[in-house]
Amino acid sequence: MKKYLYYPGCSLKGTGKAYEESLIPVFKTLDAELHEIDDWNCCGATAYMSVDELKAFALAARNLAIAEKEGGSDLVAPCAACYLVLSKAQQYMREYPSERHEVSEALKGVGLTYSDTIKVRHPLDVLINDIGLKEISSKVKKSLKGLKIAPYYGCQIVRPYATFDDQYNPTTMDDLIKACGAEVVYYPLKTRCCGGSLTGTIPEVGVRLAYILLREARKRGADMLVTACPLCQFNLDGYQDQMKRRYEEMSMPILYFTQILGLAFGIPAKELGFRRSIISANSALDMRGIVHV
Amino acid sequence: MTYKHMIKYEAECDPKFAEWVTEIVGGEKIRQCIQCGICSATCPLSLYMDYPPRKLIHLAKEGFKNEVLRSNTIWLCASCYSCTVECSKQIKVTDIMYALKRRAIEEGVFAKGIPIPVLAKEFYKMVRSEGRTTESWLVVIMLLKTNILKIFGMTTLGLNLLRTGRFSFLKDSIKRKDELKSLLDSLEEAPS
Repeated sequence: MKKYLYYPGCSLKGTGKAYEESLIPVFKTLDAELHEIDDWNCCGATAYMSVDELKAFALAARNLAIAEKEGGSDLVAPCAACYLVLSKAQQYMREYPSERHEVSEALKGVGLTYSDTIKVRHPLDVLINDIGLKEISSKVKKSLKGLKIAPYYGCQIVRPYATFDDQYNPTTMDDLIKACGAEVVYYPLKTRCCGGSLTGTIPEVGVRLAYILLREARKRGADMLVTACPLCQFNLDGYQDQMKRRYEEMSMPILYFTQILGLAFGIPAKELGFRRSIISANSALDMRGIVHV
Repeated sequence: MTYKHMIKYEAECDPKFAEWVTEIVGGEKIRQCIQCGICSATCPLSLYMDYPPRKLIHLAKEGFKNEVLRSNTIWLCASCYSCTVECSKQIKVTDIMYALKRRAIEEGVFAKGIPIPVLAKEFYKMVRSEGRTTESWLVVIMLLKTNILKIFGMTTLGLNLLRTGRFSFLKDSIKRKDELKSLLDSLEEAPS
């Protein structure tokens, strides 16, 4: 069994619970174990960086230092913002030695060491490059044939640091969807911004960005959107009531790629967090003759 | 037809600000900007901004501090890094936006009607005291401090999140809060 260190981040314990609920059984099916690191703190997301830069990197570095202490080299960060912030902190400390020195000294003061030995990994990277499509396809028990899925990656997984996939036309999630037997809808907006936190702060702009993504997916015949980011899922699923008020009704289910994989692996839907969806996936799944969740 | 006054006078520049911009993280290469405009072209938010990224970078580079810090551009930037990846001169536009946000907060200068600085500060405080963020609390605090009336527009979302078990009012926090506090405190006086 392969073992990975695991950094869930705040969203996977809150609004993005379904991501964690589906990620763990999917990894288990593939004989990979996720070990949650002890006492991790918030990565800082985009907001902390807007207030204090050095402390933002110290926050991220504390998590990396805890991961080093626990042993192991690969830290899986499923949330796009966490993945970006942890990678960014590493990059920044490599580029700016004096800031790295300050952060390292501050960590030493609380008994932690940062020596830049951890590889931050996204689950898409682990699934494709460590486990492999062949192994994944061999676990598919229930094909999702007929289901039309728009793959939506969002921005922060692939930009600016990821090297495991293309920055504008990533394909790792497309390959996973195909492995499940479903059809990938051509979706050129796959890395366009979902609106981020603007949906809540400036809805006339943020909700519009989210709406554009769904409208494009619908025009291309998608039954649903599949994503790999908890904020994208939250915006696209949660703000459909506001889209209805402002623009039109979309009724487009937004699932995590891990929920789709779990379904294809034959894991019971109730163990995959489907009940967390505000827009239920049932009508789309029923229409294509796939299990009712 | 009316013609809008768009003239900027050199006398309104702040050379110190122009200097500062080259010293921030990501701003090292700002003087190499050739105004090609790929940042504005690739930005999904540029059409809502008062100064799209290309213009903002030029204003910042020349030292138009007031226009830059009061622009809504820096707060509309959602950090999607398209501009950073596309820039032909490897200028880290997203990181410059972050530095400008910090400067605006420091100086207490904001674009009107933008609640984002309030959200950022509340987020910062919550992480400092709890080590983690609880989204439900952040939303409530932000609405209380900015526009309480917005609550009515968000009740459906709130109820949906409660119904699906995604919203909890229990605050999440880390165990070693003291450790985190002393880590952050030790960087308090450090020069940025």
